[in-house]
Amino acid sequence: MIKASGLARTFTTKRGTVEAVRGVDFHVARGEIVGFLGPNGAGKTTTLRMLTTLLAPTAGTAVVAGHDLRTDPAGVRRRIGYVAQGGGAAPGVPVGEELGLQARLYGVPRPTERIAELCAQLELDGLLDRPAQALSGGQRRRLDLALGLVHRPPLMFLDEPTAGLDPHSRGNLWHHIRRMREEDGATVFLTTHYLEEADALCDRILIIDHGRIVAEGTPDELKRRVSGDVVTLDLAVPDHGDRADAGDVEATARARAALAELPQVREAVVTGTSVRLTVDQGDRALAQLVRSLDAAGVEVAALRMARPTLDDVFLTLTGRSLREAAA
Amino acid sequence: MNIASALHDTRLLYMHHLRASLRTKVAVVFGMLQPLLYLLLFGPLLTRLNGVRGFGDHDPWQVFVPGILVQLVLFRSGFVGFALIADLRAGVVDRLRVTPVSRAAMLLGMVLRDTTVLVVQAILLLAAGLALGLRAPLPGLLIGLALAVLLATGIASLSYVLAMVTRREDAFASLLSSVTLPLMLLSGMLLPMSMAPGWLDAVSRCTPLRYVVDAVRAAFLGDYAASPVVVGTAVTVVLVAASVWWGARRFVRETA
Ligand SMILES: Nc1ncnc2c1ncn2[C@@H]1O[C@H](COP(=O)(O)OP(=O)(O)O)[C@@H](O)[C@H]1O
Ligand SMILES: [Mg+2]
Repeated sequence: MIKASGLARTFTTKRGTVEAVRGVDFHVARGEIVGFLGPNGAGKTTTLRMLTTLLAPTAGTAVVAGHDLRTDPAGVRRRIGYVAQGGGAAPGVPVGEELGLQARLYGVPRPTERIAELCAQLELDGLLDRPAQALSGGQRRRLDLALGLVHRPPLMFLDEPTAGLDPHSRGNLWHHIRRMREEDGATVFLTTHYLEEADALCDRILIIDHGRIVAEGTPDELKRRVSGDVVTLDLAVPDHGDRADAGDVEATARARAALAELPQVREAVVTGTSVRLTVDQGDRALAQLVRSLDAAGVEVAALRMARPTLDDVFLTLTGRSLREAAA
Repeated sequence: MNIASALHDTRLLYMHHLRASLRTKVAVVFGMLQPLLYLLLFGPLLTRLNGVRGFGDHDPWQVFVPGILVQLVLFRSGFVGFALIADLRAGVVDRLRVTPVSRAAMLLGMVLRDTTVLVVQAILLLAAGLALGLRAPLPGLLIGLALAVLLATGIASLSYVLAMVTRREDAFASLLSSVTLPLMLLSGMLLPMSMAPGWLDAVSRCTPLRYVVDAVRAAFLGDYAASPVVVGTAVTVVLVAASVWWGARRFVRETA
């Protein structure tokens, strides 16, 4: 459905040039939900705007829905739907008019029936006379989806479909996105900076950072690339009266020393009185860990083990946490 | 680009934008406030100018109302670009650009809507003029109206191009005021340029609106075949053709 080769875009601004996208290569197969995961400014929107014919690439090209981006943009437009990061409905125009215009511009047969069907699917019933500015955040995003879906495109582009939504609306939108694929057989290419979203929704993830794809794979494959498990220890700090900080320092120092001797521990990061470890074969290492700490006189208040998350993947690949980068 | 689909899209977008204008009838009326105030609060002063050189022995309203009519066109059509900037910001323009819509239709749909609104405003303005004492033959009034409508099409196209280029309200507003005010003053809208000293008259003749204002004045006086009408019509037609062509080209390229 998408085959991008060397796609790049440079912006020239007063303060110099910005290499927003530095040559990305990827492909998306029919029926897949593929996510572009990366922090703000990574180049996700710029890539999407190139793929949807809104922005001319400075280098490279792509075949989108069977048509070449450079030589046949009109062919691309007829076969794709696009939901921009900020949406595309005029604030003062009633929902029904926006949908009606969109359907007629695409030459949708029997537009009124198609709109009724979409409104039923996307829970927009009864909102047709309301201007877009009078909708809730979730309703607005569903209207944006409806505008992009009105002509049943085989390929949908969604730019940060759930950014800024509350958790309930986000889950609801995920449901609608999955249904696009299941019922209409659509291929979905979306961008997100939410780890949970990429994990929950995507068959395959492309991780993008500073305009380059740094990793690609299914969520599980990506997590396996971070070998080992993540163990978090909360240390019980002995009471030093008014010298509480000194107690922290002493306890963490002793813990560090004890952990350094264990071959299974590959990495230890201390924040306050909690220690985050990357451990090979966490389930086996756990008993040994506790014993060593015990022997060193370090008291453990709590112990958690988790499979690596996509954030750990991002951290390993870029040295930064996506949560911090996104904030 | 095929003509039939361009016409189809133009009609769709025209109706869409027209519905939006009908929702804001208040704005259509408020948009006329400035020219109406000129008629009401400035016009009466001119009735005392009988016999002054530029007015000859004409009815001052026959000289003044044409100027205010062209002023309405200049300011109302000049400002339409603000709506495009709002649409650019709301993502409406990008949403349309992703559809297979004809790029020229995106411009023409808006321009034709603006022209329609302007016809209504111009008729109301002329009616107000007649109520205040304007006397002019019907064919003259119709010729004036036709020139105003044509001019509106051209100025609206230019306004959208400038909005597309500046993309920000503040930049667009300062560009607009630095263009419209000199154009207004040099056209002789408020007082005829025949009163002007030689140098000012010469500068005025380098600006297009001068000829349009003179043409409408001649039409209101019943001199349909006189050279001001012919020259003014020619200038208007050339201006409109050039602006719409440039606008459409710019729009196609900018939004390709
Ligand atoms: N029109 C533009 N002009 C200049 N720089 C831009 C423009 N659009 C995006 N950029 C820059 O390109 C980079 C990537 O932006 P973007 O694609 O929007 O990132 P993302 O969607 O991943 O947050 C950013 O550094 C951004 O500032
Ligand atoms: Mg973005």
